[in-house]
Amino acid sequence: MRLIQETDFGTPASRSEKTVTLTIDGFEVTVPEGTSVMRASAEAGIKVPKLCATDMVDAFGSCRLCLVEIEGRNGTPSSCTTPVADGMVVHTQTGKLKDIRRGVMELYISDHPLDCLTCAANGDCELQDMAGAVGLRDVRYGYEGDNHVTARQSDQPNMRWMPKDESNPYFTYDPSKCIVCSRCVRACEEVQGTFALTIEGRGFDSRVSPGMHEDFLASECVSCGACVQACPTATLTEKSIIEIGQPEHSVVTTCAYCGVGCSFKAEMRGEELVRMMPYKDGKANRGHSCVKGRFAYGYANHKDRILNPMIRETIDQPWREVSWEEAMSFTATRMRGLQETYGKDSIGVITSSRCTNEETFLVQKLARAVFRNNNTDTCARVCHSPTGYGLGQAFGTSAGTQDFDSVEHTDVVIVIGANPTDGHPVFGSRLKKRLREGAKLIVIDPRRIDLVRSPHIAAAHHLPLKPGTNVAVLTSLAHVIVTEGLMDEAFIRERCDWDEFQDYAEFVADPRHSPEETEAITGVPAKELRAAARLFATGGNGAVYYGLGITEHSQGSTAVMALANLAMMTGNIGRNGVGVNPLRGQNNVQGSCDMGSFPHELPGYRHVKLPEVRAIFESLWGVEIDSEPGLRIPNMLDAAVDGTFKGIYIQGEDILQSDPDTHHVSAGLAAMECVIVHDLFLNETANYAHVFLPGSTFLEKDGTFTNAERRINRVRKVMSPKNGYADWEVTQLLANAMGANWNYTHPSQVMDEIAATTPSFAGVTYDLLEEKGSVQWPCNEAHPEGSPIMHVDGFVRGKGKFIVTEYVATDERTGPRFPLLLTTGRILSQYNVGAQTRRTANVAWHDEDRLEIHPHDAEQRGIRDGDYVRLASRAGETSLRALITDRVAPGVVYTTFHHPGTQANVITTDYSDWATNCPEYKVTAVQVTPSNGPTEWQVEYEEQARQARRILQAEPAE
Amino acid sequence: MSPEKLARMANQIATFFHSKPHDEAVTGVAEHINNFWEPRMRAQLFDMLANDNEKFDPLVREAESRIRAVN
Repeated sequence: MRLIQETDFGTPASRSEKTVTLTIDGFEVTVPEGTSVMRASAEAGIKVPKLCATDMVDAFGSCRLCLVEIEGRNGTPSSCTTPVADGMVVHTQTGKLKDIRRGVMELYISDHPLDCLTCAANGDCELQDMAGAVGLRDVRYGYEGDNHVTARQSDQPNMRWMPKDESNPYFTYDPSKCIVCSRCVRACEEVQGTFALTIEGRGFDSRVSPGMHEDFLASECVSCGACVQACPTATLTEKSIIEIGQPEHSVVTTCAYCGVGCSFKAEMRGEELVRMMPYKDGKANRGHSCVKGRFAYGYANHKDRILNPMIRETIDQPWREVSWEEAMSFTATRMRGLQETYGKDSIGVITSSRCTNEETFLVQKLARAVFRNNNTDTCARVCHSPTGYGLGQAFGTSAGTQDFDSVEHTDVVIVIGANPTDGHPVFGSRLKKRLREGAKLIVIDPRRIDLVRSPHIAAAHHLPLKPGTNVAVLTSLAHVIVTEGLMDEAFIRERCDWDEFQDYAEFVADPRHSPEETEAITGVPAKELRAAARLFATGGNGAVYYGLGITEHSQGSTAVMALANLAMMTGNIGRNGVGVNPLRGQNNVQGSCDMGSFPHELPGYRHVKLPEVRAIFESLWGVEIDSEPGLRIPNMLDAAVDGTFKGIYIQGEDILQSDPDTHHVSAGLAAMECVIVHDLFLNETANYAHVFLPGSTFLEKDGTFTNAERRINRVRKVMSPKNGYADWEVTQLLANAMGANWNYTHPSQVMDEIAATTPSFAGVTYDLLEEKGSVQWPCNEAHPEGSPIMHVDGFVRGKGKFIVTEYVATDERTGPRFPLLLTTGRILSQYNVGAQTRRTANVAWHDEDRLEIHPHDAEQRGIRDGDYVRLASRAGETSLRALITDRVAPGVVYTTFHHPGTQANVITTDYSDWATNCPEYKVTAVQVTPSNGPTEWQVEYEEQARQARRILQAEPAE
Repeated sequence: MSPEKLARMANQIATFFHSKPHDEAVTGVAEHINNFWEPRMRAQLFDMLANDNEKFDPLVREAESRIRAVN
């Protein structure tokens, strides 16, 4: 094992297809036109000394170290800013250049501390490397003069010296070590797109400054880590490096947070993780990261982590730690007993969108082959199940159509019901980069998300619709496109069912769908909507990116179909820069759906009713598979309350906190006789569990995750599981305790089974992933290297299907008792139910959920910023603190759901999507009133949770 | 599950299919329920259609004969 160090070519690659040939130090080099001399040299293996250049940002030409001589040209141009030309003859090392470089380095070092031996960057410092490269042996200027290095100068305080800024929980800023190369400032601008850093002052006064001379934590910095990655010295350094030292080997793996699925190098010392560094060759993230993937991995070692199996007879008892054998025998006996008493359909599983494909495959196999029923579901039920249904109906497959690189070719973007800068930050940065290059943006969201207006980004149109009216707005956009004749008729005739389109066109052309008519329902000004529709239809490559603000509605599936209609009618499917792109919430939502987690379909989205599909698995598994669809999560809970569903194995999901209508979820869980929670922590659901099986983190196992672009990425084990077993092994133990005879010894064998049974995965093997880094399904005989873009030559289902999307108002309506609409979302620093991120220093940014309320609504209720308020719906009530902001429109309130104390889901109702039962999280009628503190339910819940988490101390050995 | 919730779910499906031609709509409702409703839910549906059928959209009532029986 070794430390993976990607080559830094100094400047970004040129995209030109035309090539240029030049000579560098006597070697002939051919590179794309527009390449810098520095990059051309690096590609030829010649390292030109450099400090301010790095290939993550554009050339800047400030350090004057990378100078070269070019025959026939005057002077010594900087190689980073000089483009190659045909026939150019370059010399990178001459006597003149050596003198200049040594002189430059001498100046740098004269204002730099000489504490190399005790410096955190020792061994990973470009300044140190360059001093060596140019042969610096002496600094003639001395260190007594004006400098930024020492706190005191000639017994006086040195006014130029600035103390270390340690405010950010993950990295430090030590201004005394800064060489003002501005790589951090440019990384913040060009890569992350936050513009939080600047250079203040001029000349010798120049300093890197977060915001207006603030500390990092108080500034706009989002702690993505790009500046730390860019810094060539110890000025910006991870605190973990300061604490532990430099890593000695690294392993490429995949982040376990959101659906972007960034590739990281886990940099290690032995089995200790030193830091996570974004991997430049990662095709989802291209070397970028966010605060979660880069820094928030500390939960893996958190003291709350449970490392031994635990059982209890009833949930009012304390937990008892037991051996794995005892836990498995207790669990198997109970689950089989339930099936004997209440029938084979009385138990089921929930697979995890946070676990690997292989683990998910085994959990659904446990239900189908060992429990012998189809009671398997996954948390995609409550997030993207309408995507599966809607895109399946329209296109014939349940997945996004593009890769993330596609955004680099987009001209007009619709972002609807998604907040990429918080929920999918690395994609958000890539989108912002394209917007800064001139692409146009249409945001359709009840709330003014950051993308609507942030530094150097402004949406061309923001349609602030009333929550619950997506379908009305989307149908209205289609109305404008069809009635104004802006559709792509050639595309529709060739690629879609023309008769169906005729019916559809007649439907949308009806004046009741015109923006002027729908304005009364949606609150979106007709003029803005018309302008947005025209822009999308005529602005070039149009792409739609959407999230749970589309799916988590009574009409979630209908809205997904409406998006598919928009893309098809404008011809925006099947090439780079276009498409319909669901932004998946969790790292492996796509994979868990692909792996047959849903109760009605086997892996590869094939219905259990189909005998030919069942036969594939029946012959391999040697069991008969039930042909009836099983229960979905909400149905399981209903059946539990009815007394017919008694046992459940939940891997890596916290339904009590994440699922709607908490009272109903807790009633369902309480009615069961065997709840098995397999997780890292005693999560909220575990309060109702009889068995706790400790889980392993993504750092402790092998496997694959499939991200939002269908990319199958390897997860690699970098340390032994602290709990003793990887999660797939735990599921295998349980299956075997229940009589199965599984003998998997490595997840690659599970992938082989997936490939053997599932056509879209037919070509996937661990060897191929090793060779290619990653592949996007379908990967089979027809697409041996995978499929970055889908539906290129035709839709998977044949002809694209236009589906009539009639708007139907949700039953959840405001009235005198509940006059406001609550909608929910995420924040950058926290992830989902927060089980992981709350156990990291990310709480520095967000340590409680707040209720965003418009000043008008707040004033009417006598609510001040920061006041405790009571938030009540017909389902329940909770309390939290108010945040007064005009990001939300009057009549709308908003909160996040990252903290269990808030209990935001006590408020949400049991209304759901008509097609998939995906809960309607995004619309709840509520009332907000001033309050003194936590509600009675919150107090009771806290006490119940405390009781439920008691663990008996093991008796001392004799 | 509560009869109101079950009826609402069935009626939501019917509402979507109302925009289709009649026969396609009836088949659509029945197929959707056949594809996604577990036998316990279909049993409860049949039971309610027999005893309390005014809770249901006419399309659901018409679809009844095309919904798969529960063993």
